[in-house]
Amino acid sequence: MDGLVTQLPWAIILILLPLAAGMACFVAPRIAGALGLLSVVAVLLATLGLGLQLASAGVYRHSIGGWGAPLGIELYADGLSLLMLGITALVGIGVSLYAGAYFTREQAGRFWPVWLFLLAALNGLFLVDDVFNLYVCLELIGLSAVSLTALAGTTAALAGAMRYLLATLLGSLLYLLGVALLYHTFGTVDISLLAGRVTPLPALWAALGLMGAGLILKTALFPFHFWLPAAHGSAPAPVSAVLSALVVKGSFYILLRLWIELYAPAGGQSAGLLFGVLGSAAVLWGSIQALRQARLKLMVAYSTVAQIGYLFLAFPLGGAAGYAWQGALYLLVSHALAKSAMFLAAGNLLRFGGHERIAHLDRVVQRLPLTVGAFAMAGVSIMGLPPSGGFIGKWLLLQTALSQGQWMLALVMVLGSVLAAAYVFRVLGHAFTAAAVPHDPIAVPLRMEWAAVLLAAGSIVLGLLAVPLFTLAGIGGFAGMGASLP
Amino acid sequence: MTAADLYALAGVGLVGLGLYALIVHAHLLRKILAINVTGSGIFLVLVGLSGTGPDAIPQAMVITGIVVAVSATALALALMLRLTALSGQAELPQDPDDAH
Repeated sequence: MDGLVTQLPWAIILILLPLAAGMACFVAPRIAGALGLLSVVAVLLATLGLGLQLASAGVYRHSIGGWGAPLGIELYADGLSLLMLGITALVGIGVSLYAGAYFTREQAGRFWPVWLFLLAALNGLFLVDDVFNLYVCLELIGLSAVSLTALAGTTAALAGAMRYLLATLLGSLLYLLGVALLYHTFGTVDISLLAGRVTPLPALWAALGLMGAGLILKTALFPFHFWLPAAHGSAPAPVSAVLSALVVKGSFYILLRLWIELYAPAGGQSAGLLFGVLGSAAVLWGSIQALRQARLKLMVAYSTVAQIGYLFLAFPLGGAAGYAWQGALYLLVSHALAKSAMFLAAGNLLRFGGHERIAHLDRVVQRLPLTVGAFAMAGVSIMGLPPSGGFIGKWLLLQTALSQGQWMLALVMVLGSVLAAAYVFRVLGHAFTAAAVPHDPIAVPLRMEWAAVLLAAGSIVLGLLAVPLFTLAGIGGFAGMGASLP
Repeated sequence: MTAADLYALAGVGLVGLGLYALIVHAHLLRKILAINVTGSGIFLVLVGLSGTGPDAIPQAMVITGIVVAVSATALALALMLRLTALSGQAELPQDPDDAH
């Protein structure tokens, strides 16, 4: 039994299973809901299988069809891939539970195939090891994410989706141009081979600059976040959850991998500084915009802009001693859980009251206690209060910034948390008080409430799992991830 | 300068033209065309830089890239048609936050 679990090609199952299930859902929309949920559970099990495999045998490598690099496609999984796959599967379960009750039968027939395609593309992204196939996965993610955004079919949703599509295509094209230059200069697109060959040539800087620009456009780092609030704010709730929790993290994951393997060895200090400045601006600007929003989902979307900024604060800190990468990764994972919970809770409030104006929430805390509880728990993690996962991430980043004497970055981190507290409590405050304009509530299915609660609880529980998580992420030794914590 | 270099330079020129058009034009069809011109420019760079040698990898990349570009264009056109049918204009609203 033990042998079987570690022998099965889990990585391939992780890509093929959601792809096949997505096609099946397209052909048979009647059973799409059940089939979709079942296959997302299977994806979680396969991720566990891959985890056991990595824990017993170390880093996983596979040449598809027996064709290795440079001609074929190589799959590669280390602790970082595992962590990303795990969080994708967990958020996927929560969102799938929610979506089963959220969509009408007709919408569900469109949602499930595209969502499963997106899941397959995300899993593929975390498992391939060459810059060109990363491009292909990025495009697959972009196209399915845009289709999901447009699902609501309103003018706002379509305009948001169109803006998102143009931004994401531009980002991928810039990235592809960088890939072309890399291949021409170093004769390979395999990341491990490239890492051994890179030398600081002008062509390398041009290539990395183009790829970096494309990726930060897709990750919506300030000031390239212009497409995010409209797309994330106008999509259906489960889609917003997936977009904010997982899709923007996909391009960040590529940037992180390329940074450690290619940018940092080539001496990327000035680029790191630039990322730090843009990240700080994103934290402040995103938080202030979140405070100013009248609509709940737009507020949550701007909060994503701010939290993405935090991830980029690790780049100027990562080169020296400290725990910057661990902190950023922990923030990434806990933000995925907390933000998906927040969007799902916002979806419940929208369904319940028929509107999402923050000022008119009208005592929802008495009438939807589970949903408001989920929103509050997710808010605790976003603010970075103990014992949540967001606390561990922010604390590691803050400690690293202080130990390196980076007072400005530390100040930005603290200010961001204070502003986050302000925008979360603003919503909670209105949830407790009576609104001037009462409205007739519509019942929210219990399943939709519990999906949000489970994800939010996950973001809190994450705060207690730091040691085992970093041990897992340390498989393969990516960026010294397995190092013991302070 | 070889013919291959010329192709690569022409590719870079196309990328520049495409990016310019993407930013300047408001009409969505022009934006979609601009994305396509940029993509073609990048494909030309890929093939041009590899020269005339027997290197199959850039060609494989370009073929994959074309498939992606066709799907992306199809999706973009479908979105544009639907948006035009609903809002009566083939342009994006000015302020993204006002789109409701």
